[in-house]
Amino acid sequence: MSAALLPPAFAPLESYAATWCLATEPERWAQRLRSSMEAMRTFYDAFFPRAEEAIAYCERFPLDDMPADAERLLQLLHSLLMVSYAVEVWKQPQVINSGSARIDRIREPRP
Amino acid sequence: MARFGKPAEGSWTRHYPELGTGPVSFDDSISPAFYELEREAIFRRAWLYVGRLEQLPRNGSYFTKELPGLRSSLIVSRDLDGRVRAFHNVCRHRGNKLVWEGTPRQETCGNGRRFVCKYHGWRYGLDGACTYVHQEDQFFDLRKEELGLAPVHCQTWAGFVFVNLAPEPRQPLRDYLGTMVGAVEGYPFDRMTERYSFRAENDSNWKVFSDAFQEYYHVPPLHTHQLGPTPEAQNPEYEFEAPHYQVDGPHRMVSTSGTHKHTWPREHLYPAEALTRSGNTGPWDAPDLGGTLPGVNPSGIGRWGIDNFQVFPNLEILIYERGWYVTYRYWPTSHNTHVFEGDLHFVPARNARERLAHEYAALTFKEYGLQDCGTLDGTQMGLEQGVFRDFPLNDQEILVRHFHRTVGDWVDAYAREQAR
Repeated sequence: MSAALLPPAFAPLESYAATWCLATEPERWAQRLRSSMEAMRTFYDAFFPRAEEAIAYCERFPLDDMPADAERLLQLLHSLLMVSYAVEVWKQPQVINSGSARIDRIREPRP
Repeated sequence: MARFGKPAEGSWTRHYPELGTGPVSFDDSISPAFYELEREAIFRRAWLYVGRLEQLPRNGSYFTKELPGLRSSLIVSRDLDGRVRAFHNVCRHRGNKLVWEGTPRQETCGNGRRFVCKYHGWRYGLDGACTYVHQEDQFFDLRKEELGLAPVHCQTWAGFVFVNLAPEPRQPLRDYLGTMVGAVEGYPFDRMTERYSFRAENDSNWKVFSDAFQEYYHVPPLHTHQLGPTPEAQNPEYEFEAPHYQVDGPHRMVSTSGTHKHTWPREHLYPAEALTRSGNTGPWDAPDLGGTLPGVNPSGIGRWGIDNFQVFPNLEILIYERGWYVTYRYWPTSHNTHVFEGDLHFVPARNARERLAHEYAALTFKEYGLQDCGTLDGTQMGLEQGVFRDFPLNDQEILVRHFHRTVGDWVDAYAREQAR
């Protein structure tokens, strides 16, 4: 088995890490649009019940000095929020009635 | 049924009798000829917001700003004496775009003591003076001191850097902004240095797009999902009403009564809203900004939500009750296209929890903004069909009425001057 990407306490979520540990919004947005609702619901259902625990874990570190595995967990939380709009609100990957419009996020704080 | 009081005249619109109450034409949004006039009459005369002082943190800092549709690129710099200046981003030698990285089509920023042209190596100080000409002795009668960058009028207000492309602006920036906008000068914008920036190229006239953000009448029908996760909450007939409108010269503002979701029971919230304590009105846990905030909530609304200032022509500043602010800019690129820029500004997150609250607010902005972008493409298509030439506007749409009237006034004034 390859090296763990997430903190040991979140080992059950490892199978989502390769797909959803993405550092930027454009990457997460693209991943949402090319994912099936089934795949996103599975990720959401597995992670959401542990999201508060994951936030509490990440919160222990300063944002500019996070261990790599905690930073990846924070990226996974960002993806959970990205997926939440598809799962909770639109029930589809795309925004309802958005046509061919795009809005690009061109700058964001990191991590 | 009115939910809030109205001015003594019975409506906001009648409170400003010069606006009238009749139907309004949107011919100004479908005409290529009008677009050409607008560029000269408005965008080459008005003060235009190009960036925040925080983008120039030190002497020697600079950024470039493309002005889409105006065929203009600017350098905005803080020179070695600390003075903020703006120049056309063009080398005096052969007209090459002076400052860019990787591709001349993208904006850039940095810090340094000089600008060096990539083409033939001419150099300029941050004050615009030409300081070096490569193989100067090969030129004829060259007077380097006369070959500086072309300056652009540049003034700042409350940390917002504005430029004016006119040879001589008619008013200094502060006079131009007037008392209504000027009243928020002391708001702690400078503490909200964490920025999320968005850009969109939309298939609609810049005014058609801006119109959607000057009224909240459209929110329940178009953004039904914003009302809550349950079918009962998603009532497109929900009557939203803003309690305060104000116009001052070419500028406008509306205050909203807040939804204050932090006070809602959990079953009326999306799970991610409850998790992040955030959403479309921003993070629920506001930063401590200390004391009273000057200029905001001018009418003293009890459950104040947002102050939405529309600074003519193309800047909107939204100040949220929860201690963050957003700017929108609309740059026309043809009669039926424009570039939209949206920037969200927060007091920097101190930890992952605050970062995720900001992230969810930024996500929410894009999700619902995409509904506006998609729908307003449809508005442009509908207007261009030319079936109807005038349109009824209600009292909640007073600022749309004022905006189109102001645009028309500026274009008329320009046309009269040209005819003289």
